[in-house]
Amino acid sequence: MSEALLEKQAAFAARRKSRPWQNVQPWLMLAPTIIMLIGFVAYPAVNAVYVSMTSTNLLNPKAARFIGIENFVRIFQSQEFLGGLRNSAIWTFGNVAFQLTLGMCGAILLNQKLKGRAIARGLVLLPWATPSVLVALMWLWILDPNLGIFNRILSSIGLQAAPVAWLANPHTALATLMAIDIWQGIPFFAIMILAALQAVPSDILEAARIDGANAWKTYWQITLPLIVPTVLITTILRLIWTANYFDLALVLTGGGPANATLTLPLDAYLTAYRGMDFGSGAALGIIQAGLMLVLVVFYIRRIRKSDLG
Amino acid sequence: MTTLAENRTSAGPRGVRVRRRGVTFKPAYILVAAWIVGVLGPYAWTFVTSITPPNELGVRSSNLWPQHPTFASYIDLLTRTPFLQYLGNSVFVAFGTVATTVVFSLLAGTALSRFRFRGRGVILFGVLLVQLIPAVLLIVPLYTELKTLGLLDSKIGLILVYTTFALPFSTWLMKGFVDQIPVEIEEASLLDGCSKFKSFFYVILPLSKSGIAAAGTYAFIYSWNEFLYALTFTSSNSSRTMPVGLQQFVGENTIRWEFLTSGGILAAIPIIIGFMFAQKSLVAGLTAGAVKG
Repeated sequence: MSEALLEKQAAFAARRKSRPWQNVQPWLMLAPTIIMLIGFVAYPAVNAVYVSMTSTNLLNPKAARFIGIENFVRIFQSQEFLGGLRNSAIWTFGNVAFQLTLGMCGAILLNQKLKGRAIARGLVLLPWATPSVLVALMWLWILDPNLGIFNRILSSIGLQAAPVAWLANPHTALATLMAIDIWQGIPFFAIMILAALQAVPSDILEAARIDGANAWKTYWQITLPLIVPTVLITTILRLIWTANYFDLALVLTGGGPANATLTLPLDAYLTAYRGMDFGSGAALGIIQAGLMLVLVVFYIRRIRKSDLG
Repeated sequence: MTTLAENRTSAGPRGVRVRRRGVTFKPAYILVAAWIVGVLGPYAWTFVTSITPPNELGVRSSNLWPQHPTFASYIDLLTRTPFLQYLGNSVFVAFGTVATTVVFSLLAGTALSRFRFRGRGVILFGVLLVQLIPAVLLIVPLYTELKTLGLLDSKIGLILVYTTFALPFSTWLMKGFVDQIPVEIEEASLLDGCSKFKSFFYVILPLSKSGIAAAGTYAFIYSWNEFLYALTFTSSNSSRTMPVGLQQFVGENTIRWEFLTSGGILAAIPIIIGFMFAQKSLVAGLTAGAVKG
């Protein structure tokens, strides 16, 4: 019986070696994915570099001509670009810092032995799965200067004399958008960190407790070092994602008032589709991608440290 | 029964009383409750608004609950606006995206999990990095590309784009799930005379059900929620999806709050159902994806 099995196995191994088919098969299985990625990511990405060096205008596409780095020079000299860069930095690092801190607190909270924890975990994740437009419009209604419930609550408890137009005031607009994004982004961090917390072996924690370490000490000296790799990768991923995300500003403020909420990717989008200037829009997109490259390099180095595949 | 209770309250290792789990009240409950209220509040308020008659909306009254709650705005929304068509488009695009994403990513994930071949590392890494490319970089050239292909303002065009952007994460997700299927089971089926093809169908496919559920849910949520590409690549009611439709209710001068809120509630329902259904495997995949990409 076992001899027959061995024979079969040997035959199988021999067949495997003799058939070049074995090398083709994984590529055949990968083919649909690779074709899609080349067709709709790699090709347009390369094309973006070309378009950024032309004067392509949507109103008159025939008149497009090659102008080299002219678009880039003009962008770097503009005041709008510097403001966009500043807003992008505040938006990205501010949002992620708050999401990380509050998400960490949330994860620790959900890691307690509580009744109904599974339900709570599902409920708090809801904003993450909600369409960005719906999030934007729910908050637009809540923050409406005259009819919104937020101003009504503030004035009824005496915190506010006159209604504030949160999204129309240049001083509050960016902070308001950030608050909405933080509201939506906390669950992502909480769930990621919660998973890392639950992977910490309980016997180590038990041992620390027996040795007399209090909860605070156990957290700082045992739990935190163990979850740092996950937290770092989640944070870098989220930084990249947040830096590229501009749906909220597009729907709620359109970059205004007075460019107060104009981030770099939003600027790229509006330049291309409101200004019909595809060349400059693509150039801004290239600049955005270049800035992202710094974060991507960090990300790759973290990933290399953890095992890949 | 008494022994059990005694055990739970008995002295700890160093004579410290071990607190009974789940019986004592913890302040954590208040914090969790506050968190849930903060999360669900906006949804609840949206729902209350959606059942408030429009003539009551304009009045700044002190009571929050409408005097004459009505579902009239839902009926108006579905019969007097093209919202139903937008929802239909969203469903069509979402199912198209889910189907292609699941098939393609299952094939790719299995290849990356089960075969060792030259270029595997490059592919794994490339797939990872694709996710990090800013959408805004691709949106201009994609627009011209879709225009050339005649896929602008088309649901098929949206499905192709969405599948492409759902594939990287789904492929990693699938690879992770296939990695967990013991190779021995597959080998046994091969020894029993199955072809590789057959063993894929009879072994890998049934065993990666939770992976398929996770990748499918992910693709569904992505496609259902996506706004930027939908806004840019569609221009007529026959291909506009729900997020673009919702945004349409924000007019130049007036905002149709009754339509926005009732439409929002309708848009959220499939997400909530799908999410509750596959929450566990999705979270498992998400967190595995974070560690490995």
